[in-house]
Formats: sequence, structure tokens, C-alpha cells
Amino acid sequence: MLEIRGLHAGYNEVEVLRGIDLNVAKGEIVALLGANGVGKSTLNNTLSGIYRPFAGRIQFMGRNIAGMRSDAIVDAGLIQVPEGRRVFPNLTVQENLELGSYRRGREQRSLNLERVYTIFPRLKERIAQLAGTLSGGEQQMLAIGRGLMAQPELLVLDEPSLGLSPLLVEEMFGLIQALNRGGLSILLVEQNVVQSLAIAHRAFVLEHGRIALSGVASDLLNDPGLKASYLGV
Amino acid sequence: MLEFSILLPAILNGLTIGAIYALIALGLTLIYGVLHIINFAHGSLLMLALYGVFFLHSLFGIDPYLALPVVGIALFGIGYGLQRFVIGHAGHGRDENILLVTLGLSVIIENLALYLWRADTRTIETPYSFETLDFGIAFIAVPKAVAFAGALLVAALLWLLMTRTDLGRAIRALAKERQGAKLVGINVEHIFAMSFGIGCACLGVAACLLLPSFYVSPQVGHAFVLVAFTVVVLGGMGSFVGALLGGLIIGVTESLGGLFFGESLGQLGIFLIFIIVLLFRPTGLLGQKA
Ligand SMILES: Nc1ncnc2c1ncn2[C@@H]1O[C@H](COP(=O)(O)OP(=O)(O)OP(=O)(O)O)[C@@H](O)[C@H]1O
Ligand SMILES: [Mg+2]
Repeated sequence: MLEIRGLHAGYNEVEVLRGIDLNVAKGEIVALLGANGVGKSTLNNTLSGIYRPFAGRIQFMGRNIAGMRSDAIVDAGLIQVPEGRRVFPNLTVQENLELGSYRRGREQRSLNLERVYTIFPRLKERIAQLAGTLSGGEQQMLAIGRGLMAQPELLVLDEPSLGLSPLLVEEMFGLIQALNRGGLSILLVEQNVVQSLAIAHRAFVLEHGRIALSGVASDLLNDPGLKASYLGV
Repeated sequence: MLEFSILLPAILNGLTIGAIYALIALGLTLIYGVLHIINFAHGSLLMLALYGVFFLHSLFGIDPYLALPVVGIALFGIGYGLQRFVIGHAGHGRDENILLVTLGLSVIIENLALYLWRADTRTIETPYSFETLDFGIAFIAVPKAVAFAGALLVAALLWLLMTRTDLGRAIRALAKERQGAKLVGINVEHIFAMSFGIGCACLGVAACLLLPSFYVSPQVGHAFVLVAFTVVVLGGMGSFVGALLGGLIIGVTESLGGLFFGESLGQLGIFLIFIIVLLFRPTGLLGQKA
């Protein structure tokens, strides 16, 4: 469903990604791992059309979406839940969710709202609360809920466990797995290596702007290369 | 002690002009809230709208109130186009550039008006220009009563638009979280231009409500825009309710000031209140901390 070939991207003169090959098949969870600052978020935002790639192809659902506008990419069904949540602080919980279906899934809005509230009962209790006053964990739920409102074909999650307490992290990974079992394809960007590899089907490790390692998640978990380069063991 | 019979009409008159101030300030505060720029062309665009109303009336005999949809939509179109194709490009995303662009626009528009229509002050006469309504406690000129009701109605519609529609939610969302907005598929340039257009449409409406009891000249925008800036700061930058409240307060202050100190010193009270409020509430009446 997502097929990235030879992707180069970055900021102005600075090339952060130097030829990335990565793919996600329908129904998969694919984990993208890598140390701070290697360019995981850069990749996500290039996929989402926030930044234009320097070169390469991004084939999504049979179309090359490289360099397309962010709204057109949302239309295509590639939905990102960004690092740092990026919820609308001055809007209520409900309004945030409604805007999740600004372009996609507008007809099924009320149905999807119910679905999101079933997944996150905490949000339902806070329908009229301003998103900016939610706790970090609640904001993360809201960001994911907002993403789901667009009925994604592929959901890109950028460090969803960031800043959550261990118990909530556990819950978050459980939820991601449940969403995937419901048929959702997921690209999961994470620092939480062990837990990510536990729920992912396959994984890619980003290093120095290239994919250093990739394979079946359970194999990577025992890979000495991963341990050396990433876990620092 | 002053009698009610003098005070009340002055307050009512103040409220009517205050509602117009509020409408103009609503446009200004909407643009500021989303684009974080002060639109220095606001006054000249109001002037342009007033000339539009004037010529529709004098050339085609169209009543100012009937002209409202046309002028409103025209100003929306001008505002949308200006932001999308002029200000957005020329500004290169830098606030100080955008400021200069809107300032430049106002100079151009004003001088064009001076060249085309001379410095003459023009008024129109409608069948209801000198009609009054008897409210029991005071007489109010029909155009002023209409202006008051119309301005409040438009403010209410604007509020509905901002809170009940996806367009309004998108405008508010974009004001605070641009990347989040992009990620839900909001077209940033389009929504910026919509905000600018809606802010200018307020001017079109204000012009239609204003002209039956006012005049137009190339400099007419100055007085209004100065007051509108005051209203926006007084109410709290970017605050809708604040602009509405601020407009009414300023209108009444001006009217009462005129009553006590004479017409020319009437505006003194505005700046007095302005300074006092800012001393105690630097963010304005309903403004939030930055
Ligand atoms: N807007 C930007 N302009 C210029 N450079 C940037 C910008 N955003 C990120 N960078 C740089 O690009 C590199 C990759 O950043 P990126 O945010 O993609 O890393 P990351 O893998 O997501 O890291 P983390 O795990 O800390 O989130 C970093 O060196 C960063 O400083
Ligand atoms: Mg990141």
C-alpha cells in the first residue's frame, strides 16, 4: 500500500534522508526505529506533504504522492498523528474530532465520533473541554482520535508513547494492536524499541539518513546489529 | 444633575455607532487572530466599500440596504483576492513585510480614490434618511436603528459561522496550530484568504449600514480605523466578544464625551478609557495572554 523508493528529503540545503526504501503492506504494522534526530519525523512530514522531497518516489495506493499538497494526501487516506500531538488547543475536544473529518469521512462523521468515544471513553467525558487544557495522555488520545475520524487507509503514528506513564504506554501499544486487528494499516514511529517490535510485523531501522536494518520484527528483536547500534548494549 | 431625557438618547446614539465600530473591529480582529497581522488597509477598504454603496445609489438608484449582499460579496472577493494573490505572496511569510504590504495598499487605494473622485465629501439621501423611531424614552433616526440591529445581526451570524461550521472551526484551528491544520487537510492559503475575505465582508456590510446616516470621502476610513484599532486592543486582540463589547463601550463613551465636553473632545474619553483598561488589563478586556 505504501512503497517508498530512493527518497531524499530534508530542509533547504540540509539533506536529512539520503535514499530511503521502505514499504508497508495492507493490514501490517510496520515499525520505524531510530535514534533522536535521524529524521523519522522528517520522513513522516515528507509523506504527509508538509515538506517536498528532493528526490524519489512515494507510491501510495497505486499513486505517486511525492510532492503532492498535504490536503490531497489527506484525501488519499494517508493520515498522520504527529509528534507532539498538534491538537487545536483553542477548540473543544469535540471540535478537534470534527475537524479530523474536515476532508475525509465527513458523511460518516457522527458514526465515527461514536466509534472514537467508544475507544476513548475519557474523551467522551470531556467533550466540551478545550483541548489545550487536557493532560498529555488525553491529548495523545485526542490526536489519535482525530486521525481516526478521517477513516485512514494508512495511519502514521509519530512517537505515540512519548511522555506517557508506563501504564499508559502499555495501554497505547495495546490500542495500536487492536486498531490493526480491526484492519488498519499502521506505520509506527517509535523510540520504544522492545514494545514496538512486540506488536509490529516488520521493522526498519533508520541510521545516518539511510535504512540500516530491516526485517521481520521478531528477528530484529534478537539481532546483534540492532542491539549494538541502537540499544547501545 | 443631567436629566435622563438627555442622557438616554446620547447612550442610545452611542450604541448605534458603537455597533458599527464593533462590526469594523470584528473584521480587523478576525484577520489579526488568524493571520497575526494588523491590516492597515482596513480603513481604505471601508472607504472603497462606502464609494461602492454611494455609486450604486447615485448611478443605479439602488438602496444601500438592498446593496448589502452585493457590496458584502464584492468586499469578500476583494479581500480573498488580496490575501491569496497579493499579500500572501508579497509578504513571503514575514510579518513585517505583510505589515508594509497592507500599509502600501492603503496608500495606493486612498490616492486612487483622491484621483478618481476628488476630496469632496459626498452623502446620499434616502426616503428614510430623516425618519425617526419613537422608543418612548428617546427618538432614534431610522438609519441608526437599522445600523444597530444590522450590525448585531451580522455579528451573531459571524459567531454562528465561527462556532457551527467547519469553515469557522478551520479558521480558529489554523489560528493556533498550523501544522495540525495541514495534517487534517486544511488548505492553509485558502483558509487565510477566506479569513481575510470575511473580515473585509464585514466592511462591506458596515458601509451599507453606515452611508444612509454618514458621508464618504477618500479619507473617511481614518477616523474609523483608528477607533477600530482601539476597539480591538481594548477588547483583547483576536477576541470576538471583546470586539463587540469594546465597540459598544467606545460608541457610548464617544457619545457621552461629546455631550459633556463637546463634539471635538468627544473622542478624548475613548483614549482615557483605553489607557485605564490597559493599565489594569494589559491584554484587553477579554484578551488571552500571548
Ligand atoms: N524545520 C526544520 N528545519 C531545519 N532542520 C530541521 C527541521 N526539523 C528537523 N530538522 C533537523 O532534521 C534532523 C532530523 O529531525 P527529525 O525531527 O526528523 O528527527 P527524529 O528522528 O524525528 O527525532 P526524534 O526522535 O527526536 O523525534 C535533525 O537534525 C533536526 O535538527
Ligand atoms: Mg521525531
